[in-house]
Amino acid sequence: MVFRSEEMCLAQLFLQSGSEYDCISELGELGLVEFRDLNPSVSSFQRRFVSEIKRCEEMERILGYLLREIHKANIAVPEEDESPLAPPPRQVLEIMEQLQRLEMELSEVARNKEKLQRNLLELTEYTHMLKITRTFIHSRSRHEALGPQYEEFPTMETDSVTGCTGMQRLGAKLGFVSGLIQRVKVEAFERMLWRVCKGYTILSYAEVDENLADLDTGEISKSVVFLISFWGDQIGQKVQKICDCYHCHLYPHPENDEERADVLDSLRTRIQDLNNVLHRTEDYLRQVLQKASESAFAWVVQVKKMKAIYHILNLCSFDVTNKCLIAEVWCPVSDLANLRGALEEGSRKGDATVPSFVNRIPCSDTPPTLLRTNKFTSGFQSIVEAYGVGDYREVSPAPYTIITFPFLFAVMFGDLGHGAVMSLFALWMVLTEKRQKKTRSSNEIWATFFNGRYIILMMGLFSVYTGLIYNDCFSKSLNIFGSGWSIKAMFTNQQWTNKTLQANALLTLDPNISGVFGGPYPFGIDPMWNLAVNRLSFLNSYKMKMSVVIGVIHMSFGVVLSVFNHLHSRQKCNIYLLFLPELLFLLCLFGYLVFMIFYKWLAFGARESSDAPSILIHFINMFVMQGKDITPLYPGQTGLQIFLVVVAMLSVPVLLVGKPLYLYWLFRGGKGLRRRRGYERVRRVSEDDSSTAPPCEDDEEDGLDEVIGSQALPKEFDFADVLLHQAIHTIEFCLGCISNTASYLRLWALSLAHAQLSEVLWAMVMRLGLSISTRVGVVLLVPVFGLFAVLTVSILLVMEGLSAFLHALRLHWVEFQNKFYRGTGVKFVPFDFALLPSVFEQDGLL
Amino acid sequence: MPSLLFCGPKLAACGIVISIWGVIMLALLGIFFSAKSAVLIEDVPFTEEDIHNDKNPPQKIYSLYNQVGINCFIAAGIYVVVGAVSLCQVRLNKRQEYMVT
Repeated sequence: MVFRSEEMCLAQLFLQSGSEYDCISELGELGLVEFRDLNPSVSSFQRRFVSEIKRCEEMERILGYLLREIHKANIAVPEEDESPLAPPPRQVLEIMEQLQRLEMELSEVARNKEKLQRNLLELTEYTHMLKITRTFIHSRSRHEALGPQYEEFPTMETDSVTGCTGMQRLGAKLGFVSGLIQRVKVEAFERMLWRVCKGYTILSYAEVDENLADLDTGEISKSVVFLISFWGDQIGQKVQKICDCYHCHLYPHPENDEERADVLDSLRTRIQDLNNVLHRTEDYLRQVLQKASESAFAWVVQVKKMKAIYHILNLCSFDVTNKCLIAEVWCPVSDLANLRGALEEGSRKGDATVPSFVNRIPCSDTPPTLLRTNKFTSGFQSIVEAYGVGDYREVSPAPYTIITFPFLFAVMFGDLGHGAVMSLFALWMVLTEKRQKKTRSSNEIWATFFNGRYIILMMGLFSVYTGLIYNDCFSKSLNIFGSGWSIKAMFTNQQWTNKTLQANALLTLDPNISGVFGGPYPFGIDPMWNLAVNRLSFLNSYKMKMSVVIGVIHMSFGVVLSVFNHLHSRQKCNIYLLFLPELLFLLCLFGYLVFMIFYKWLAFGARESSDAPSILIHFINMFVMQGKDITPLYPGQTGLQIFLVVVAMLSVPVLLVGKPLYLYWLFRGGKGLRRRRGYERVRRVSEDDSSTAPPCEDDEEDGLDEVIGSQALPKEFDFADVLLHQAIHTIEFCLGCISNTASYLRLWALSLAHAQLSEVLWAMVMRLGLSISTRVGVVLLVPVFGLFAVLTVSILLVMEGLSAFLHALRLHWVEFQNKFYRGTGVKFVPFDFALLPSVFEQDGLL
Repeated sequence: MPSLLFCGPKLAACGIVISIWGVIMLALLGIFFSAKSAVLIEDVPFTEEDIHNDKNPPQKIYSLYNQVGINCFIAAGIYVVVGAVSLCQVRLNKRQEYMVT
């Protein structure tokens, strides 16, 4: 972890036109530099390498189709550990050709398969139709003996006339139309037939047992086989039209039973053949996809890298005279040697006659911020960056956050048992991290927890520590060293008798009696307090004071860190005009409060405890300057307090107008009241310039700094603007001191809430399980413990944990960082293949 | 033999975690109850007459402590069994997953 961000430089790369692809590929593998766009005004369709990018996108489209087919066939795509390099341009055509061939093959096979399936469906429907109409005919011939019945509303199989033999009897030409229709349309179909044909048709239908899939919509629905018998050609045509209207599948009706049997046989063989062919087609398809899946991963990575390289090449500007490409990059100064090495390697691979080279150029823009992290520190860096990326070369709060953030969390969470469970969970995540990284889960919440595993581990370990201090383990205290309080001593000194025990509900242990209080508990809060009714009054006072102490220390640390920023920007005036008044204000008022807290803890023992004054009253009196009638804490208190208040009050105007006046004085000519402008100003400007860094390291704390740091003469100096800016800063700081100190009281509030929740959970849940002392109690204890565990995890660990995390984060972002951190920088994003997201991964195809 | 698998992988994992936690915590609770820790006095189910009508104080309370302690140990033992069952379920789940893919 580093103190401040790395030094960056702007560099120009001269890439020879033969080897530029390989050089960029080399740089992409290493991930060293960030490219700047040298053609910002050119639209993406007018850039040089637009045709290559189009080609890459075409390949991506084919790959997407391929991956979707592979995914549908449930074939796994094997991933290789090492990602392949970007292919050279000659190999690109090969890949393109392969992909196009595959696409054609796949679409052809898919088309064939669909045709075959449609065919199969028709044949199946025909078979069903034949079977079912056979039952119609035969059932009718059974009913024939009953004699002709008049056609009324033709409903079911119990129908009139009909039968093949009945045909001849009536002497009319009977026609048949048969087919299949969807179940849902049958009633409407029937009604339409009746209305149009007015009784010259007879409809009989029966449902098909098997559910057939409708190929167009893909849904499985019930179908009904129907048979319409009609007289006359006109009716026949009307029936045909109605059948078309209702999207029926019509099949020719056989004349007699032998024909029916023949057709059924031939259908059966055809269906069998079709099934065979379909199986073979599916097998072939699967084979093709299997073979493609072996190289699919490599292709995806190669296409992604190629597209990235061409995108970067589009950002470069083409120098026609030298026949080379010029690229501007941000590069960390420490990596310049690696950059040269990469360019040499790329030139060698590209077989260039002239090697590409790099040239560092001065810059006037602010470089992006780079902070190198490892897997442990990256979590903490990301929570700092969530507030804002630091300015270039600004002091980074991240290294301190590694300790202070888990500590502040633990102060609010402080429970030994919960901390242990949290640490074990984090430890499991850390120990299995290699395995977890391989199986990338799509669950975002789990990914968030996993990325913060080191933070959670630290939080858990610190919570174990604060749990030992608060002596709180699942709301019970542990008596490790032996309590300092002795109840027996109250009896031996005749303070309490049996009568006292019977007469009083509550008894007070008096530490002034010898033997009762044997000395403070070696580490943490005495376990005796767990049995005391006035436990909260004691703990509240302790925790509130502790919160204020921690808060003032944290904030002073923040103010001190700002010194390093001032020193780096070579503005010593800031130290005297900003840092010193701020520190004095903070320490004289709240530092004194901390001093009084410690003094009261040390100076007043059990004997004098009734005389101990309230610190808050003293503090208020300090401001109001009325403290004559209360006894002082220590001799000389009034004098010291007046001195501190005066110092604090004086530092406010210094903070308010000090810097604007100083800048105005500099602008006017500095060093007294010399009026000689020309030479003097140049000399003053050069003096100031020698004290400022090269323009690259311009501090951007206030806009007015450019007035001093720029090479040109200061054009104007808006005193009102500067004064207003400084006034806002002063008010923010001074009022902020008070509000921020009070804000740290949330450390007390949350730890109280956590302790109380924990106690309530134990009293209401666990105590129930222990409430039956006979063996039957076990039957109650086992499920109650399970419930206790689930509630502990969900309420106390997850809910309270998130809450404490949030509050600790807020304390860092607002109360700590606003003392010194600007956070308005831009993050350095290097061109790295590993950082590029893959479209297919996001779709879950890979 | 019909499949012995009756819960999914996540439920089995939860079962293992709660069992391990239960074994450790209930065993420790049992030890503390047997050691007659004063901090746990509120959890011992004594009644008013236990306090007042004791012939030989504080033996009645002590025996209650012991009983609750033994209950905790038995519950810890039951959780060992539950943990073993969950472990079997996890193994069966892994095997089934291995066979399907």
